[in-house]
Amino acid sequence: MFLKDYFSTIYKSVSSLLTGMKLTGYYFTHPKEIQTEEYPDNRATLTMFDRFKGEVTMPHDENNEHRCTGCQACEIACPNGTIKIITKQELQPDGKKKKAIDAFIYRLEMCTLCNMCISSCPSDAIKMGQTFEHSVYDKKQLTKILNKPGSKIMEGVE
Amino acid sequence: MKPLLEISFSSFAAQFDKWLNGVVSNSFIVLVAELVVTGVCLLAFLVLLCFFLGYMERKVAGFIEIRLGPNRVGPKGSFQIVADTVKLLFKEGITPSSSDKFLFHLAPVIVVTAAMLAVAPIAFASHFQVYDISIGVLYVSSVSSVAVIGILMAGWSSYNKYSLLGAMRSGAQIVSYELSVGLSLISIVILTGSLRISDIVMSQENGWWLFKGHIPILISFVIFLIASTAEINRAPFDLTEAEQELTGGYHTEYSGMKFAMFLLAEYINLFVVSAIAATIFLGGWMPFHLGHWHAFNSIMDWIPSSLWFMGKTLFIVFIIMQFRWTFPRLRIDQLLNLEWKYLLPISMVNTILVTVMAIMGWHF
Repeated sequence: MFLKDYFSTIYKSVSSLLTGMKLTGYYFTHPKEIQTEEYPDNRATLTMFDRFKGEVTMPHDENNEHRCTGCQACEIACPNGTIKIITKQELQPDGKKKKAIDAFIYRLEMCTLCNMCISSCPSDAIKMGQTFEHSVYDKKQLTKILNKPGSKIMEGVE
Repeated sequence: MKPLLEISFSSFAAQFDKWLNGVVSNSFIVLVAELVVTGVCLLAFLVLLCFFLGYMERKVAGFIEIRLGPNRVGPKGSFQIVADTVKLLFKEGITPSSSDKFLFHLAPVIVVTAAMLAVAPIAFASHFQVYDISIGVLYVSSVSSVAVIGILMAGWSSYNKYSLLGAMRSGAQIVSYELSVGLSLISIVILTGSLRISDIVMSQENGWWLFKGHIPILISFVIFLIASTAEINRAPFDLTEAEQELTGGYHTEYSGMKFAMFLLAEYINLFVVSAIAATIFLGGWMPFHLGHWHAFNSIMDWIPSSLWFMGKTLFIVFIIMQFRWTFPRLRIDQLLNLEWKYLLPISMVNTILVTVMAIMGWHF
């Protein structure tokens, strides 16, 4: 019984060691498996994965229209007070007044990219962007106004 | 077919000897000059080799871990190790105030010296050896265990509990694994009947011992690889340095060039172990021959013997490096269990098998 255990231990350990060496040998002989991104050199071809969270952006279409209604759900959802929405009353063609955003202020330096603003948005107005090279010399440059100047709300978004 | 190069290392050495004898008449001066030239050549070769091995280690580690390895300094990162050496040269050599100064400075010298001494009987090419001592195998195995004195010295003199622990572990480790290394070397000595390295290489003219010696020699080859990896304190047996537990083991307190000397010794030891394994089991500089295939054999003869030796050595080096980057480190009790419960009994039985094989003439 002792001898059986002894030799089975040897057999098991040798076979498990060989399994490990087989895997590392496979990686050594297959350089295509290499995962390294040579980052500053491959900047032109670099694509981040879909779920990457770089910064909050507000997509605008070709008519310079966004989907933000100014409901401030994101501002309430944000745990850090990163988002500040300033609204204004816009005069509609039929004479009625309607709430619209004047400025969507986003402070990247305070943002933890927790994604809560995006999940709370009822009209899909904001999305996570893919850019990650945010370093600047002045902190003020990190405070961004996301709605482009002269933009207005898209037709049909309430 | 003639060899690729008309000038071999051995004929070059003979011509140099002849030229020196012609220039200088006094034979003592000739001897001293030849010793100095040999020493300088060997030193330069070993340092360059350590550069190469350092680069190779990083590249192998990178590729095994699905990385690229060094690739910034020079083409494909090949000058990275030069940059590191320059960095170490400019570092301040700090000596701990409570340390035993004399031993602290002596220890790296002893470690490097022990590593370099073991290079002497290695046959680098056909009939090209520094010193073809008649007890070559014994000499190598005895000199390589001198290094443990340097390591213990470094650990003791550093006045640091981590250093001392690392050194004590190293002592326990080297003393125990010495036995397995010795027994696996003895199995070849039994078959060859000689301790001289050149005799051992010549005995493999008709086939390497790894192929001629059947399964017992295969077992002793594997045991030699495992035990010698432990003897040179490389991962997975690097309990002496064990970064996570001992910060740096016996060389925690060393910095600058004294630290670089430990690094140098590590790579020289790696080379020596691989060279011995290549010489003993894989035929040293002997080309690979297959029975009576004369065309194949002559093509193999065409490749210079030094390339055969370096190729085999680098193959063993690669295997030891693969060990390092594949296996996790053993605990100290596992380490001693492995030696005393498994490797030593197996190699003892194996030695008996080899002896029976040698008496009955069952090997080729």
